[in-house]
Amino acid sequence: MTNVLELKGITKRFPGVLANDKIDITLREGKILALLGENGAGKTTLMNILYGLYKPDEGSISVRGQEVDIHSPNDAILQGIGMVHQHFMLVPVMTVTENVMLGIEPTKNGIFLDKEKVANRIREISDQYGLEVDPNAYIKDLPVGIQQRVEIIKVLYRQANILILDEPTAVLTPQEVEGLFKIIDTLIKSGKSIIFITHKLKEVLAVADDITVLRLGKVVGSIDPKEATSKKLAVMMVGRDVNLVVDKKPASPAEPVLVVENLYVRDERQNLTVQGVSFDVRKGEVLGIAGVQGNGQTELVYALTGLLPLEEGTIRLLNEPILRTTPRNILERGVAHIPEDRQRHGLILSFPIHDNLMLCTYYKKPFANGVSLQEKIIYSNAEDLVEQFDVRTPNIYVNAGTLSGGNQQKVIVAREFSRPIEVLIASQPTRGLDVGSIEYIHKQIIKKRDEGTGVLVVSSELDEILSLSDRIAVMYKGQIMGILEAKTATKEQLGLLMAGVHLAETTQS
Amino acid sequence: MKKTDTPSQPPETRTARENQRDSIWQALLVPVLAVVTGLLLGGVVILASGANPLEAYGALFTGSFGKPANLIAGLGILFSTGENAALIKAIYPFTESLVIATPYIFAGLSVAIGFRCGLFNIGAEGQFFIGALCSAFVGYSLKGLPMIVHLPLAIMGGALGGALWGMIPGYLKARFGAHEVVNTIMMNWIAFRLSDWLLSGPMKASGFRPVTPNVLATAELPRFFSAPLRFNLGFFIALLAAYLVYWFLFKTTLGFEIRAVGANPDAAKYAGMNIIRNFVLVMALAGALAGLAGTAQVLGVDHWVGQGFSAGYGFDAIAIALLGKSHPAGVVMAALLFGFLRGGATNMQSMAGIPIDIISIIQGLVIVFIAAPGIIRWIYRIRAIKTETTVLTRGWGS
Repeated sequence: MTNVLELKGITKRFPGVLANDKIDITLREGKILALLGENGAGKTTLMNILYGLYKPDEGSISVRGQEVDIHSPNDAILQGIGMVHQHFMLVPVMTVTENVMLGIEPTKNGIFLDKEKVANRIREISDQYGLEVDPNAYIKDLPVGIQQRVEIIKVLYRQANILILDEPTAVLTPQEVEGLFKIIDTLIKSGKSIIFITHKLKEVLAVADDITVLRLGKVVGSIDPKEATSKKLAVMMVGRDVNLVVDKKPASPAEPVLVVENLYVRDERQNLTVQGVSFDVRKGEVLGIAGVQGNGQTELVYALTGLLPLEEGTIRLLNEPILRTTPRNILERGVAHIPEDRQRHGLILSFPIHDNLMLCTYYKKPFANGVSLQEKIIYSNAEDLVEQFDVRTPNIYVNAGTLSGGNQQKVIVAREFSRPIEVLIASQPTRGLDVGSIEYIHKQIIKKRDEGTGVLVVSSELDEILSLSDRIAVMYKGQIMGILEAKTATKEQLGLLMAGVHLAETTQS
Repeated sequence: MKKTDTPSQPPETRTARENQRDSIWQALLVPVLAVVTGLLLGGVVILASGANPLEAYGALFTGSFGKPANLIAGLGILFSTGENAALIKAIYPFTESLVIATPYIFAGLSVAIGFRCGLFNIGAEGQFFIGALCSAFVGYSLKGLPMIVHLPLAIMGGALGGALWGMIPGYLKARFGAHEVVNTIMMNWIAFRLSDWLLSGPMKASGFRPVTPNVLATAELPRFFSAPLRFNLGFFIALLAAYLVYWFLFKTTLGFEIRAVGANPDAAKYAGMNIIRNFVLVMALAGALAGLAGTAQVLGVDHWVGQGFSAGYGFDAIAIALLGKSHPAGVVMAALLFGFLRGGATNMQSMAGIPIDIISIIQGLVIVFIAAPGIIRWIYRIRAIKTETTVLTRGWGS
């Protein structure tokens, strides 16, 4: 068996950071190498070096035993290396064919695009690997899972035989993940080699032939999947024991604190994305809202927090209806919000940490006296919260943008938890975070629940929903397909609900 | 101070003061180098036009600061004979530069406060005109008031006129989403034509030139020296305004909101801030500051308003705000620079025979380097460091 790709001693320095420190990895022909590591471990930097986006300071890359220089993605493609990015690089208003041919447009008679030729080739590839993609479909009409296949086709069309899949399961339903694994299997059978980048331990165990773990820019070690367990991998990744399952006592739910009735919401493009949603969140429980991204969860949370107006329906907080659903009004009535997009809504990245820690209460005592900001109190508040919530930062005066994702999220949690709250709305609270930070945020959420806060958690990660929730509501196309007790809910059942199957049908099967 | 074990942070601990010092240094580095580079390249242009750059810049310097020898001689005469005429002559260039800088400070603050809220106020020029006309009107039409009443009234008149002129595009943006760039430009043209009409009709002084009557002495900003020195209280009011803007932006909840809206409107909305109200407020304040620029020019220097009254102060103000990184202290420094460049330009023309337009070229070069700091970083091999980036304005779709 030959090594199709070898990276030796790859080192990459950024100002103040050693992103990759003498990294060696080896990809065997026809095998799947899982590259595992927390955010900031250097996986992406390494892959960007391999794909020609960065130049390494030291080290060499060999393809099939031959040392090569890769200066640009074009060089990488010439070496048969293809990359499927986590965020798809597709033009939504173009067809599959047009997207695939972007950049290497074949022509008829020198000037006319030869779409037919490309479409035929796409059909061939699609049949060969069981991708089932229609070359004439528009990207915007395709579900996320199929869009990902288009990305894979793009890579195969360019005749790659080494595929890099960057966090490919982040946006998929459990069923779509199964589909992806089948495709990966077909690809391997036809001789392709794959680097699979992820921080999800279970997936690694499911598909990988080899596992290499990175931590803080270094290779921690390689491990045979047969000997690996989630626990072992987590310890390698984080460098200490982590608790993968959230420790929690059974909930003791009391009266409802947040009652939502028949809610209709339009998104910014005026599409009715929430259609008649009703549920309640009780004091001291966690209601999880599961669902594939883009089924109205975002708009639901925006409406509950005042960022989008209600089209119809009522929101009642502690038995009183909220008439003016402005962010300030909702906030003042005791709702905390950990927003889905922490960099868009949750933080002002160009403001120092101390300002971000009082972003929602800057106008009130003790932070303000009249219109005058009380800097001493703002600073001491920040020092306290940074200490209490273990925010890793050189000091409170640096901009929030300089923090890592996990620490940015801790700043938001610290701010929201430091004021008196009745209801916590946490949307994708651990998206993109490393295992250590996930563990921490989950603990804090459960702690808040145990203190008697009503918690609404929205997440597209089923594992997260299952480990945090006491009850689970599944959203599909703007509606709630059903609300299940978390104790009895199974992943399969939730997966079916997430795909739009009705509750009654899931229990029959 | 705090645990630092993630790789993205340097492990040293630093104090707030060190941090602040570093960021001030960082903030100054590019503008200073931009000015230096602008002057160097300007020198090349002067050379290409067949003149001696050293001679030209020498004339620029003496034109804007005065001749040190004259100053010493003037002081000597003052001490030996009590005669101050020579000294006044010696400090004339310097004070005249400050006189030119005064409206620049106000107008630069106007554009800067807009930038801080993510708004691009191109309307400072129009607001400048309206402020000038309003203060002139109060200045010549109210009669019989003591200075202590009349002068503040005239200043307030100018500020209010400008505020109104700025508030209109602010309101149009808040209410209808109309882009402030389009509307402030439109308001400029309305202001120009309105002033043409007012100067040729309702506000015209007797005589045949289209100018307003002189403001009364009770509405004039007091001058510190006898003629020909025009240095007046306006300069110190401008410095006070810069301090007040600084205090307002960085020490009050209202300023915090403005900066939050400018830096990240989504997060500002999330935090419960009223973005629309901030747009109107900021445009009104920006208008008031630009109006004060016109006011300072009328009440302190010209004492009347004529056609083409502004020498493009409102437009130069955009460059000043950019050069000053939208910080009041930076704006004051940039305005002083522009004041000295403009102040020395005439001397450079008469002494060294360099066309006054060379100053515009130097200003233009400086602005290019500020707008594209990458050029400066490339020339001087400065590594880009993630520092606070002030959002100047967002695209058309916002």
